[in-house]
Order: sequence, then C-alpha cells, then structure tokens
Amino acid sequence: MIAHESAHLHVTGEALYTDDLVQRYPGILHAWPVTAPHAHARVLSLDVAPALLEPGVVATLTAADVPGEGNSGANRHDEPLFPDEVTHHSQAVAWVLAESLESARLGAARVAVEYEPLAPVLTIEDAIAQQSFHSGPFQIRRGDAATALSESPHRIAGQLFIGGQEHFYLETQCAISRLDETGDMIVDSSTQHPTETQEIVARALGIARNRVTVQCLRMGGAFGGKEVQANPWAAIAALGTWKTKRPVRVRLPRHLDIALTGKRHPFLAKFEAGFDNEGILRGVDLQLYSDGGWSLDLSDPVLWRALFHCDNAYLIPTLNASGWVCKTHKTSQTAFRGFGGPQGMIVIEDILDRIARSLGLPPHLVRERNFYREGDTTHYGMPVKDVGRITRIWNELKQSSDFDTRLTAVRAFNAASPHTKRGIAITPAKFGISFTATFFNQAGALVLMYRDGSVQVNHGGTEMGQGLNTKIRQIAAKSLGVPLESVRTMPTRTDKVPNTSPTAASAGTDLNGAAVLDACRQIQARLVPVAAELLGCDPANVRFDNGRVWNGDLGNIEIAKVLDAAYRNRIPLFARGYYRTPDIHFDPKTATGKPFHYFAYGAAVCEVEVDGFTGEHRTLRADLLQDVGDSFSPLVDLGQVEGGFMQGVGWLTVEELLWDSQGRVATSGASTYKLPSWPEMPEVFRVDFLQRATEPGVVFGSKAVGEPPFMLAFAVREALRAAVAAFAPDGKPAAPVVLDSPATPERIYWALERARS
Amino acid sequence: MVINHSHARTPPKHRHYPEVKFIMESATADFEFVLNGITVREHAVAPQTTLLDYIRNRGLTGAKEGCAEGECGACAVLLLKSASGNTSTYQSINSCLVPLPAVSGCEIVTVEALAESGKLCDVQREMAQRGGSQCGYCTPGFVVSMFAEQLRADGRPVDPHNLGGNLCRCTGYRPIRDAVEALGAPPDTPLRRRLDQPAPTLLPVHYESAEGKFWRPCSLADCLELADDDSRFVAGNTDLGVMTNLRHQRFRHLVSLEGIPELRVFEDGPDHVEIGVGLTLTEIGERWLHAPDVFREWLCLFASPLIRNRATLGGNLATASPIGDSAPLLLALDAELVVASRAGDRTVPLNGFFHGYRQTLLAPGEIIRSIRIPKPLPEFARFYKVAKRRVDDISTIAACIAIGADGSARIAFGGVAAVPSRVMDAESAIAAGDIRTAKDILRRTLHPMSDHRGSAEYRLAMACSLVDKFFWERGQSK
Repeated sequence: MIAHESAHLHVTGEALYTDDLVQRYPGILHAWPVTAPHAHARVLSLDVAPALLEPGVVATLTAADVPGEGNSGANRHDEPLFPDEVTHHSQAVAWVLAESLESARLGAARVAVEYEPLAPVLTIEDAIAQQSFHSGPFQIRRGDAATALSESPHRIAGQLFIGGQEHFYLETQCAISRLDETGDMIVDSSTQHPTETQEIVARALGIARNRVTVQCLRMGGAFGGKEVQANPWAAIAALGTWKTKRPVRVRLPRHLDIALTGKRHPFLAKFEAGFDNEGILRGVDLQLYSDGGWSLDLSDPVLWRALFHCDNAYLIPTLNASGWVCKTHKTSQTAFRGFGGPQGMIVIEDILDRIARSLGLPPHLVRERNFYREGDTTHYGMPVKDVGRITRIWNELKQSSDFDTRLTAVRAFNAASPHTKRGIAITPAKFGISFTATFFNQAGALVLMYRDGSVQVNHGGTEMGQGLNTKIRQIAAKSLGVPLESVRTMPTRTDKVPNTSPTAASAGTDLNGAAVLDACRQIQARLVPVAAELLGCDPANVRFDNGRVWNGDLGNIEIAKVLDAAYRNRIPLFARGYYRTPDIHFDPKTATGKPFHYFAYGAAVCEVEVDGFTGEHRTLRADLLQDVGDSFSPLVDLGQVEGGFMQGVGWLTVEELLWDSQGRVATSGASTYKLPSWPEMPEVFRVDFLQRATEPGVVFGSKAVGEPPFMLAFAVREALRAAVAAFAPDGKPAAPVVLDSPATPERIYWALERARS
Repeated sequence: MVINHSHARTPPKHRHYPEVKFIMESATADFEFVLNGITVREHAVAPQTTLLDYIRNRGLTGAKEGCAEGECGACAVLLLKSASGNTSTYQSINSCLVPLPAVSGCEIVTVEALAESGKLCDVQREMAQRGGSQCGYCTPGFVVSMFAEQLRADGRPVDPHNLGGNLCRCTGYRPIRDAVEALGAPPDTPLRRRLDQPAPTLLPVHYESAEGKFWRPCSLADCLELADDDSRFVAGNTDLGVMTNLRHQRFRHLVSLEGIPELRVFEDGPDHVEIGVGLTLTEIGERWLHAPDVFREWLCLFASPLIRNRATLGGNLATASPIGDSAPLLLALDAELVVASRAGDRTVPLNGFFHGYRQTLLAPGEIIRSIRIPKPLPEFARFYKVAKRRVDDISTIAACIAIGADGSARIAFGGVAAVPSRVMDAESAIAAGDIRTAKDILRRTLHPMSDHRGSAEYRLAMACSLVDKFFWERGQSK
C-alpha cells in the first residue's frame, strides 16, 4: 500500500512545519498578546508605552498600527483585531513584539489597560433567555409536523446537551511573516485556507492581494480549526512585519491556543417526536441552539449542516426543524470535522433510542425500521442517492460483526454480572459531501512537467495529515504515466493557484484531485501526437505507463524523450487544471435543493463495558464499515476512518470542554482537556470498506472520507446507553436513558444510578 | 566535561551532617553534554531554558512543543540512564520539562540521530509503512518512545503501554500499535552498542547565569549545605517545569537532587521497604521486584511512562498536591518519611505530613530523604483512581484501601479535601467489614469540592462506591 507522501520525513523529524522555520530568519521578532481578564468588558484606556521599557521589546501593535482594516472577520467583519470591547475571556487587545518570547511576554505584562467589566452571556440557556443570537431561526420544514405529532400514538419530548470539542491539533496556530525580496509580504501560515489568509492579510495592510503571498508547508493537524481561525495570527504577524520591517513569528502556545481559538459548537437540542407502535417516526419537532461564541465565524453553515443532518439515515415524514446561533462571550466556535453534522445526527440517534426503550423494542430494530428506502427524499427535498447502501452496509456489518450472537452474549453476561454491564449497539451514518456554500465547490491546479520526466504539482488544497498530497501524487503519477517518485507535490502557495477554496468539507481530493487530473490530461493530450510520431504508430495506440510511453504493447520509449521532442516542437509542458462540482444548488429561503454531490455512508458496531461502581468504561470491540467508493489510497483511507472514529469517540466520551463562571476555558491545557489515548482504542478494532462502491463522476471512483467516519462513534455512545439501561431492574429502565454528551464517568454514573432506581 | 571537577565521594555512613565536608568551587558559566554523539558546551543560557527550546534553536526541529506540560510527548527525546550490570538504557523523556543545565554531563539522543548511516531504523520503517503518521507532528516523539521500547524489550514482547505518554490526534493509535508490535530484536548498531556501557556518572554542577543558578550537588551533605531560602529542590522537574512553562514562574535557584547517591537507595528489607526519593518512578518499578499488586496497579496509573522516567516520589509528596497520586497509596501502606537536614535525620509518619493545601511539615532546609513502607505489607489492598481518562489523567478522586494480616484496615483518599488524608474514623468499620457504617462515616467526614474534574456529589458518591468496589473485589479474589 502507498504510504503517506511525507511519511519518511515524519518519522525522521525532517518534515517542516511553520514554526520549524524560525531559525531561518535572523532578527525574527516574537509576538505575545495583551489578554483581557474579562469575558465582556469595555476597554477604557490602553497604554502600551510601558511595554517598551522591557528590555528586548521592539514594538507594540495596536489599532493605530493598522494601515488597512483591523478586522479578521471573513464575512461579517465582526472580529476586530484590536477590540474596543472585549467579547471573550483572554481576547487580545494589543500585541508586543520582542527579540525573545520571554521579553514579549514580560512586555505584554507591563501594558496598562483599564476595563469596565460588562455582564457576559456564558451559556446557551442565558443566550436564549436574553435573545442573544448571531442568526436564526433557520428552518427546514417538511409536511405538517404539528398535526402528525398530535395524531401520533406515542410521543416523547426531551432535550439533549451536546458538548463542544477542542481541536487539539498537535501543532498550535502559527504564522511567520517577512518582507520578500520586492518589499511585499510573504506569510508562512498553518492555514487550511491560504487564499482567505491572503485576503485578510491584504485587507489588514490595505494593499492589493497580489502583494501578499501565503504559503502553507503542511499542518500538524487542523480538523477545521485552521479553516478561518488561522487568519488573525497571520494578520498580526504581517502587521508586525509591516511596522518593523522584520520577520515576525506569532505562535500560540497551547494554553493561548485553547483560550483564544474556537472549538466545535456546543449545542442544545429540544425535541418532540411522534411515532407508532412499531417505533416508526411520524413527525419530529426540533430546535437546535448552537453556541457560536463571540463572532459569527462559520456558525451559519455549521448550523445549516446540523439541520441537513438531523435525519441521519432515517425518513422523518414530517419535520419542523429550526436553528439559532447563540451569541455568547466565549471563543468563537468554528469548523470541526463534521461541521455541525455530528450535532444534528446525534439528536435523532438519541431520539430513536428513547423511542425503542419506551416501547421495549431493541434499538437496532427501531433504527432499521426508520431507514430511508428507495425513492425517498430528504427533508430538504434531495433524493437519497444510493439509498440502498444504508441497508446493505447495515446487513453486511451485522453479519461480519456477529451482531446478533453477541447481543445474546451481552445479555447473558449482564444477567450474571451485577456490577459490570456490557452494551452493544449498531448505528448508521449518512453524510452529505460538498460545501453547502456552493461557490466553494471549485478548485484549480498547476501542473508542471520538466523535460526529464519529473513533475511539480501545485493545487489549492493543503496538507494537514489527511493524505491529500499522497492522493494528489497518485492521481498525477497515474494520469501522466510516470512513477510516483517523479511527482513532487509542492507546498501550497497563493502565487501558484489563486482564489482557492479551503481544504475542508472532506472535499480536498474530490475537488483538487479533479483539477489536477484535468491538468494532467491536457498535458498528456498534447504529448500523444508527439509520442505517436516518435513511435511511428497511431495516436490511439499511445499509452503512458510508469515513465515510459508505449505503442500498445509493442515498442516503448522513455517519457523524457517524448517531453524533449514536445519541447522542441514548442508544445507547453504545463497546464492549469480546473474543476467545479456539477449540479449542486440550495436555496436557503425555501430550504430546498441539492446541496450535496453525494452521500458517504457507513455503520459501526461497538461493544462497551461499564463499571457500575464508578461509571468508567472500556470499549471492548468496534467494527466499522465505511463506504469510501473505490479506494485508490487504502492506507490513507483506513487512517481517516480509524482516526475519525477515534476523534468521534473522544468527543462523545473523554473530551469534556468546560468554561468557568468567569467565561474562562476551564479545560485549557493537556492536563485538563483529555484526548483519547491508547486505552480508549477499542481492544478489538476492525475496519472494512464497502466493496463494489464506485462513485461515478468523482476522481477514480473514490469518495470523500475525512469527516464521515467521525459519526461512526455514535455506536460507542449508544452502546454506553445500552449498558446503562442494563443496570435497571430486569434491564428495563423505567424512563429513557438520558445522557448528555460527553459521556464522562460522572454522567454515566448518574445515568446508571437513575436506571437502578 | 562538567566544569566542576569534584572527586567522587563516598556517602557518609552516619546520619548526621554537622560539618560541611565540601564546599562547591566557584560557580561556572558553562556546562557540557553530549547531543547526538557530539559534545556541546553551553554558556549564558538562562537555567530555565528547556532542553526542547535549546535543541530546536540548534535546528533539531524534529521534537515539537505540543503542550509544554509533559502530557503529549511530542517533545520526547532519549536520555541515557545507567542500568544494572554496568549497562545503560535509553529513556524517553519530555524535553519540554527539562531545564537545560539538568542534562549537564548527560547523553541525549534526538529523533534526527535514529536513522543511522542514512538508513531508517526499524521503528521509523514500520511507522512509515503502516500508516503510523498522518499529520506527522506527534510522530518524532512516538518514534523516540518506540525506539526506547524496542531496546528495552530487546527481543521480548514490547509493551505498547510504554507509549502511553505520547498522544496522537490523527491515527487513533491502531497503526502505531501495529508498528510497535512488529518490532523485533534491535539490530546491532552504534546506538544499541552504546547501551553495553554505563551512562556517565553525574558530577556536580554549579552553573550560574544572569537569570539564575542551577546547582547539582553530588552528596547529601553538600546539598543540605547549599540550600538556602531562595533555592528550590528539584529532581525530575515534572512539576516545577509546568509552573515554569505555563505559569511563567521563574526559579532563581534550583538545586538538583539527581546526583545524590544517598537519595537513590532502595532496600527491600525484613522490616520495611526503603525507597530513596531520588529514584524515578520507573526505577522504583524496576527495583522493587517483589512489589505487591497494589503497587503495580498504582504505578501504571501514575502519570505516563515519559513522566515516570523523570518524576520521583519525593517530588510528588513534597509538592503536596491534594490530587497527587502517591499519597493515598503510601498513606494506606502506613509509610513514614525519613527527613534530612543539617541537624540530622528525623522520621515522620506520612499520616499528618500534609497540614494544609500544598503545605507539609518540612521545615526550611529539610528534604525528604527516603520513604519507608513498613512490613508486613497488607494482605489485601487496592488503589483506585477515578478520572475522565483511564490513564495519564489527574484523578477526580483517588483511593487506596488496605487490610493487614492482623485484620486492621487503612483507607486514604486524594481529591476529596485540601490534603490527601486517611479517614481513620472509618477504618475500624472497614476492618469489621461494616460497609454501611464505613460509608456513613465517609459521608459525614468528607467535604469534597466541585471543579472541572467532577462535582462534589460525584466525588462523595465515589468515595463510598469505591468502598463497595473494594469489598466486592475482595470477595471475588477469595
């Protein structure tokens, strides 16, 4: 299997990330923010002069140092870089630049700021009470849910709190700026969206975008956290360089990164569901409130995606779904793998388990009874493409995981074990692929061939560990007929491909891979007649393979010979490629359309064991089956499925993101915010790809894989709820298992205490 | 070599240090250590400069700062440590928590040196081939820890749990587990052969720069003499390092205990087990061959392997954290502390040693010399740590319950009060197996607080529930 394109560099420590460049810029200045000690306050006065008394401090940055617009808000322009009003705890109100980080920090501590504290809004409940919203309500309606609910044989109502999640990319936010050889700006940035970073930097400096070059070498993880939130740090660095003419490094150490940057949105869901005796849904009324934090950021499309995904894999015949983005004085919540999808999907999974237990039916049975069937459309009017895969995956996985036998075994185990109970669950996942902002669904590439047969590939995507460049390299090598080693993927730069989209929405390969393929095909088309002439054959017989060009299966020559001949015939050996996703559209006014190119499907079976004394658990086994289309990079795809699943497990179990009563992030470091570690890995961990799953119209028949597996982790949560239920007398709890997320030992303990009584 | 050339000294046999036997020579402005086989000499480095920042500034950027508090392992490098039989081992340590002068006279190996003669080492090859890296940021740290584990296992089965101090956000660990389990016996390379010789003996350091002092005395007498009111004793720096990195505290005078032979004793005697406070947790685990099960359970739950490679029991007790892992265990084992000062040694029971939040009975100028665990060891004991994550987390509540051969019981908690403490009132009920009374007493006695690790109600519920669990497990074990 093809290893990650940078694997060799990763394991030797040679792979460079933005902050590894510091030593290359003599005279670089280090930046430290002056952070506000309030979640909400007016800045009455700001005196940065004392900072300059600190030895080593070279300059300060305030609003007065901004030649352009001092605001990094991409859409609503609601993110002042130097705010008059503090709107979240630890917000930077000024910056200090110094010869060393220590001097910058000590200088920042000397800056005098007077604040007038104001009352903060810190919870979703407070925001609702005060009607503090960035936006909403967004609504998707199908049929008459109110009537359906009132006529349903059974109804349940409830609410679910869904915790947020810190990205905890191992590489924190970082940007290094410097003047290039023409006096213009070049910024190395750990960004998923170099074009937008370029835009924000240019805007802050008040210069045209062609004077700003942004480069992203690679990222040490991003997961959405660097889709827009890399921008302010690049802007601060650039402003520092503009002022001092020196290179500037802005790197947030972990505690600042957690304090200053956004996370996965916490959500509050309120719902009412009507269903029949079989557990089949008649109607759902749903209100979603997301905690957007201090600025709008990407909260609108995140909420839309939550609303698009509140069906998961189930037909909800009538639905009245509304969503609001709450404005709170917290970090500005942002993109995170799944982008609202998980928060929408978890609600329907929660509802279905409650329905099953209220009817005394096995939850997996209620789930499959509600599946979409052939001919169904979603609540936003899109046909459920490849709907048969839901059932196919479900049945194949039930069989391969031995679900029915193990369910019986779990029941037997529980009957004999008073203090330790097991739970097993199976859950499906359906995830829509495409940016719901339709214009983002385009990509460009620039492919350069040299006469020796070597290739440079530039494209708009960024590498954050997801294996994009591995796949791009495979696409270029295969489509040009050269060995993998001949293809070099270049760091992403805005001076190679302009006006790019963020690498996000799982669409990196679908979009950029298609653009690269387009460029490669153009070059090859130009080479065919040249090769035909050299080989003395019909152009239709020319075949490129592994660095040689063939006349069918007969003679062959080195591709370098063809390239050289083409060059001498004045044929260009480079091409720009372009791709736009066809046939997608969505009208937010009517909340209907076809926002997605296709759906990625999957399912998971998980088995857990819960300690009834403490509420702690372990995951005994996980079986995942994911539809990745035709995988042409199975090692990369497997890594995405396993890693995405485990990140989902983290979100749903160990990763508890908390703010204190002052609005500070209470879990502000690795000692308080816990990622999954080895023991959270399922003891038996099996992953398969759905076979015979070609996706026509997508590069090499593959499918997006970055986000969809994240939602397979629901099986762990539902297995935990099953285990909790097993603590009830006779394993039949008097009330549904209510379990807010994440399922920490404490939450599980209280849930099982309720089940016991 | 280290500039302060002192002569090797025999530890004093008696337990009084009325006279100063040795005054360190004048302070020096430089020190040396071996980095990837090359001796480097440093001067004018602030003593709080971390080994991580130092190597990155030298262009060795493989090690990364992921958290700056020893939790993620992205900064891992190898430290050569002496082992039994005149050999040595590589220990994976968090370079973000090592003040640079602490490696004076030591040998450090970074990820950049592991591909010998330009050939990927086994670990690197397995990680690359099996998809063990995605974003690659944690990878150098994993590679370093896995390399140490391959050499430690030396052809025997590896223990993936020895990588528990390294976090990965991308892979979900499965390919990394497969990579480490695929490792065979280490090939015969210069790095392997280095282990056939002991690590350099630690010699005294008396380093000063404009920013502060770092002293490393090599006898207890010197140590006690050198300490003054401004100085902070430090061993693995796993706690002070966090205060340095995250709270930006600057310690002007650090006195390292790492070079003092008297603090590195280990004796499993007939009356007690004596554990020198200078031993790392890893070393204690290796030396206490007949340790009871409760100790092994506890050791696996104590921080992470990378921290255990540096942290000491002395530090964990002296820092007096209410949630320190060692106190509940040692209280339940009825440990006592041997405390040394210029006036001589005294012995104090651990029960009562903590007398307020982050406060101990240690007087200025006193250090814990060793911990004594009396024998016979309990007949049945369990240590419980309830936390959000199963390993390498800080406890929401920790408890240790022990029942002695004579039927007596001890129960101690961490995380339920300002200090770790025994609940002696409940012990007779526990000894009698009267669970209900024991829990009633706990409910009356304990007043935990709520914080981000858990609510007061949960902590109290757990204190009681762990008593139930203890008796359940005791019943099962019979």
